[in-house]
Amino acid sequence: MSLRNVPDNMCPIATEYTTMLTGDWRALRPVVDRERCVKCATCWLYCPVQCVVEKAAWFDFNYDFCKGCGICAEECPHRAIKMVEEAEG
Amino acid sequence: MNQLPTTTGKVIVCDGNEAAAWGACLSRPDMVAVYPITPQSSLVEYLAEFIADGRMDADLMDVEGEHTVLSVLHGAVLAGARTYSATSAQGLAFMFEPYFRTPGLRLPMVVSLVTRDAVSPTCVWGGQQDAMTVKEVGWIHMYCETQQEILDTIPIAYKVAEHPDVMLPVNVNHDGNYLSYGVARVELPPQSVVDAFLGEKQVNWHACLDPERPMAVDPLTGGAGGIGPSMFVKYRKGICAGMQDALRVIEEAHEDWGKRTGRYWSPLIEEYRMEDAEVALVTIGSMTGAAKDAVDTAREAGRKIGLVKIKTFRPFPAARIAQALSKVKAIGVVDRSVNFGWNCGPVFQEVLAAMYAQPVRIPMMSFIGGLAGADITVEHFATVVERTFRLAGGETAAGPVWLNEND
Repeated sequence: MSLRNVPDNMCPIATEYTTMLTGDWRALRPVVDRERCVKCATCWLYCPVQCVVEKAAWFDFNYDFCKGCGICAEECPHRAIKMVEEAEG
Repeated sequence: MNQLPTTTGKVIVCDGNEAAAWGACLSRPDMVAVYPITPQSSLVEYLAEFIADGRMDADLMDVEGEHTVLSVLHGAVLAGARTYSATSAQGLAFMFEPYFRTPGLRLPMVVSLVTRDAVSPTCVWGGQQDAMTVKEVGWIHMYCETQQEILDTIPIAYKVAEHPDVMLPVNVNHDGNYLSYGVARVELPPQSVVDAFLGEKQVNWHACLDPERPMAVDPLTGGAGGIGPSMFVKYRKGICAGMQDALRVIEEAHEDWGKRTGRYWSPLIEEYRMEDAEVALVTIGSMTGAAKDAVDTAREAGRKIGLVKIKTFRPFPAARIAQALSKVKAIGVVDRSVNFGWNCGPVFQEVLAAMYAQPVRIPMMSFIGGLAGADITVEHFATVVERTFRLAGGETAAGPVWLNEND
């Protein structure tokens, strides 16, 4: 049975890949102080959406998906992450 | 119309739960998922027995709770299987989360609700509180009056659910205790008759899981961002359209079943002695038998009274009900459950809304009886008849009247 015969109001099925960017509704953005970061990976372990990106000497964030929950900043043992208002650029 | 069965099939003596199990067995489901709860328990025991004895060629999933019952059946339907289950009261409550998803994904399955009053107070006896509570989710609801009607309605329900214009799940409801354990003469239609009636299986043509054609079933839809609400609205409207088409399909399926078995059940509503009736009762489920006796007694005394039984409650056959009741002077609606917020019975509320478009306002009264397995006797119905005639005579409606208040 081809999907072409299915009325378009029948059933929510997706055959094309589209991405919803969970970073779209963020109010606060985590910013890393690279001087303080010791790359202990606590933020990487705690991030609920797994948007922490490993760099050579520190951890950064994929802002397409970071929702700005602030857990990384809260858990960072070195206080290397600060939450910044999105409006402040 | 509750006529004598023809004798083309084997006649057995059984209770309503066994009749439901036979109805399911004859419909040849591929998968049955079960979790027992009073008063449905014996129904799923019969299913397990049929499968163990080789009468029924279905996979039996005996899972750890009702939430899983419906969830595994969702997977089975998506893989193309015909499925069946049954539950009651607290079991239905535990099934409520996946219960929403079934009509949303347009999965045509049949689940019997063996109706029971929900707790508290703790109660394991019949009443329709459970089924009435879930009436707005998008499942079709049909209520049976007799054991034979339970058996016959289950194949009919598959025919309705799997119709391409409908594609919605169906609850075939029968009253706990009265029908679930009440024993009666039941005729089993031959398997060949049911096979010919149901035709080729076309359970899932709209969302078939197929490794050759990857798809995401039920992706995130709507919301303020991304795609917006229009697509979500489109699916909601689709369910409404399927429900309205079901009114026609339910009548066609009952007619087809009647031609094959000789048993023509009233598909949407049954009108009993309504010709020239000045007063009407409205009933639902197994109480209808006693109500018909009370109507007969009143008729013998020369009083012009009739009865309307609701078989299909969702989609609500509002136009048919309004047409049937348009000529009477008063209506008494008897419920087996409570609408707390309106302080009346839920069926009363529905009939009230159905009569809105009538040019003349007909006085109506709500009666509530049979809660927690209480009997609604012919004497109780005599009270209903009396009060409804007094209403027709100009007495002000006071309600609800609690029939078992002093029993």
